[in-house]
Amino acid sequence: MNAVFEVAHLSKSFGGLRVNHDVSIAMAAGERLALIGPNGAGKTTFVNLVTGRIPPSAGSVRLAGEDITSLGAVARVRRGLVRTFQVTRLFPDMTPEEHVVMAILQRQGRATRILARFHGDGAASDEAAGILATLSLTAIARRKVAEIAYGQQRLLEIAIAMAQRPKVLLLDEPAAGVPSSDTPLIERALERLPASLAVLMIEHDMDLVFRFAKRVVVLAAGELIFQGLPADVARDDRVREAYLGSYAHAGG
Amino acid sequence: MQTALSIALDALAYGMALFIICIGLSLTMGLMRLVNLAHGAFAMIGGYIASYAARDLGLGYAVGIVLAVAGTILIAIPLERLLFRRIYDRSELSQVLMTIGITFCVIGITNYFFGPTLKTIPLPAELAQPVDLGFRSIAGHRLFVIASGLVVAGGLWFLIERTGFGINLRAAVENAPMARALGVRTEWIYAASFALAIGLAAFGGAVGAEFLPIEPYYALRYMVTFLVVVSVGGAGSIPGALAACILLGAIDVTARYLVPDFGNFFFYLAVILIVCLFPRGLLGRAQ
Amino acid sequence: MTRQAPDSAAAARPMRSLGRDSVGVALVAIAGLAGYWLFPDNLSFLTRMISVALLVLSLDLVVGYCGIASLGQAALYGAGAYAAGIACLAGVTEPFLLILIGAAAGGVTGLLMGTIMLRAHGLPQLVLSIAIVQLLHEAANKAYSVTGGSDGLSGMAPAPLFGIFEFDLWGRTAYLFGLALLVIVFVALKLLVRSPFGMVCRGLKQDPLRVSALGISAFPVLLRMFLISGAVAGTGGALGAIATQVVGLDSVSFELSANALVMLVLGGLGNLYGALIGTVVFMAVEHIVAAFNPFHWLTLVGGLLVAIVLFAPRGLSGSIDEAARILMRGKRRTAP
Repeated sequence: MNAVFEVAHLSKSFGGLRVNHDVSIAMAAGERLALIGPNGAGKTTFVNLVTGRIPPSAGSVRLAGEDITSLGAVARVRRGLVRTFQVTRLFPDMTPEEHVVMAILQRQGRATRILARFHGDGAASDEAAGILATLSLTAIARRKVAEIAYGQQRLLEIAIAMAQRPKVLLLDEPAAGVPSSDTPLIERALERLPASLAVLMIEHDMDLVFRFAKRVVVLAAGELIFQGLPADVARDDRVREAYLGSYAHAGG
Repeated sequence: MQTALSIALDALAYGMALFIICIGLSLTMGLMRLVNLAHGAFAMIGGYIASYAARDLGLGYAVGIVLAVAGTILIAIPLERLLFRRIYDRSELSQVLMTIGITFCVIGITNYFFGPTLKTIPLPAELAQPVDLGFRSIAGHRLFVIASGLVVAGGLWFLIERTGFGINLRAAVENAPMARALGVRTEWIYAASFALAIGLAAFGGAVGAEFLPIEPYYALRYMVTFLVVVSVGGAGSIPGALAACILLGAIDVTARYLVPDFGNFFFYLAVILIVCLFPRGLLGRAQ
Repeated sequence: MTRQAPDSAAAARPMRSLGRDSVGVALVAIAGLAGYWLFPDNLSFLTRMISVALLVLSLDLVVGYCGIASLGQAALYGAGAYAAGIACLAGVTEPFLLILIGAAAGGVTGLLMGTIMLRAHGLPQLVLSIAIVQLLHEAANKAYSVTGGSDGLSGMAPAPLFGIFEFDLWGRTAYLFGLALLVIVFVALKLLVRSPFGMVCRGLKQDPLRVSALGISAFPVLLRMFLISGAVAGTGGALGAIATQVVGLDSVSFELSANALVMLVLGGLGNLYGALIGTVVFMAVEHIVAAFNPFHWLTLVGGLLVAIVLFAPRGLSGSIDEAARILMRGKRRTAP
């Protein structure tokens, strides 16, 4: 199998606590995969392991055939493993256009040039305008991020990711904190993602998962308990137990 | 051998004096997340009050120290209500700037009232005499400072780890909204711990005056030393502060003895090395 | 509100900010020349002001643009001052060369300082900055044969500027030289903070995690900023050495570092104008009040700092900005 992204036997323990245990996932180019799981299943740890923010206790991560387990977070991004954040991480004093331009310049290796102008770069500005237009952000492209709506900030996170032209995109709860009236905006944005891109979405909103993903994996208590079609998730006994069991605990 | 021992005892006493002053700062930084550069200013106010009471009014050493602690806390209460309370959740830079500002004001005002001279706190006869320890004798005052430091360390540990106040304080620090929801009066907790820290600063300023003389620019001159101790020890850690004070006291006293014409060169060199090796402090909390 | 067509706005905004900057630079030059005509008897004080302004500008690069608090910036200024002073006494008297030597010394010190400071964050980082300036202060004090110790260096005699203009007793040449230097550095820094590099620095100040998610490593960027900041501070130090022909221990002190931070915050962080405004206001008031009573001066500065934090966190330049915006809004409202 020629997987563009492959996580094999990934484990992480904090002291005696196993937060991720023997997690293996492989994704082909263009795949749309969703990772779901109840609260405390270890999703955040998984994201941190994959993006290189914390080192795993065991296991490996491969991107386009290359073992990137020992690489830091920045090096992984440069090789094409890009993420968005569960809670938006943006520069409040900058405009959406400036965010996207910075991502484009970095992709071209020009982001930290001193003898150049940031705002006068025609090619980068044009490309940024195109991306922002795709996501209907043109009208607010020159407002400060602090002044735009949260739903638009979520869209901007996706716009930045598109400008980075990743091989694999990790969407960490793209609809988190967005009023349900705005969820269709996010959904439409996700449909515009390039078809060849492998997208791994971590999400709570099951409607979004069912519409977006072609395949679903379920993480519970740090272990993968299900891999399969979205339609089969709700019928799986272990998944039902993981969710309902955790609700029972939360209730008691 | 004799000199080495006497350097060690000097270093220990100096380290303990530093500890009494700095532990309050370490707690405000570690537990309340407040970078209070004015901490030394409160130690200085304590020293001035003690000197005024013991020397100018002739009330004696013990009364002087009690008045120093009480008086400094009295002065600090309105400052906490009017100024400090507004910067608890502001950025580090804002805290640094405002507390430097308060330090400048304290220096200016103190000198307006007391004049720009060195203030001494006369020791009582019992503390001025040397005490025979068997293997050698030590100035009674140094022994008193060492003992005070140990009492402060033990008392604080007990207060924070073993009392209801300590539990509430730690809860308020971990998660203020949650603690409030559970009925902890966080404003009161903050005010009380602030008063405790200030009281310790005043106490340290008064009993440590033999090592850190009370003079007009005290608050500015030792601000750096106090900050260094807290960051070397790791903010909020009592054993860390104790270790940092003893270590830095030893380095400082030894360097002054061995290479006096280098001033503080080796002290700051050691600080840079330690902070580079332990960026979170010797015993700082992992984050 | 009418919606502007995006492409016309795209062209308009950089042009507008470029225009505003040209006006700003012109104002700086005009204010400097006005000082020359208005205070002919205080030119050496004004030159010192320019020299410190360069220090505060260099601090703005680190604090205002990268968000790294430093209480040790005078280490870089002092490195430049001593390097230029020592070179001058050793026979290198060409003023431009001395400035370059100062900038280089400041830059190298900046690299060292950055390498050390970037190992830590928050309070330990602040403490490192203090420890570095104190260490250099002690070293300068100890190395008597090179630095003159507590007596400092004196008797530097720089050669005439362009071989024509002597550094005269009234400090005219030194002042105009300094002013020209300040304007050049200011323009260069305005271009720097508008470059892609400058934008990444602003990003690092606002959210380092987002910057790393873009695939940009912070360390080399920040280290380069320390290098540039050091060169600017070193230029200021060298100018001070040439103009006053004295270099003392106070040029590499915690006090000067703390004062520079106060000036910067008084003027406002992160727009370069604030650094200039803060320096001028602080030093002018200090000149008047401190001569009268140094302790009143301290109380005044302290009170000012408290007031800034409570009521005008963006400093004087921020307040001016705000006032201008409110005025503009008023004007726009009266227009149909």
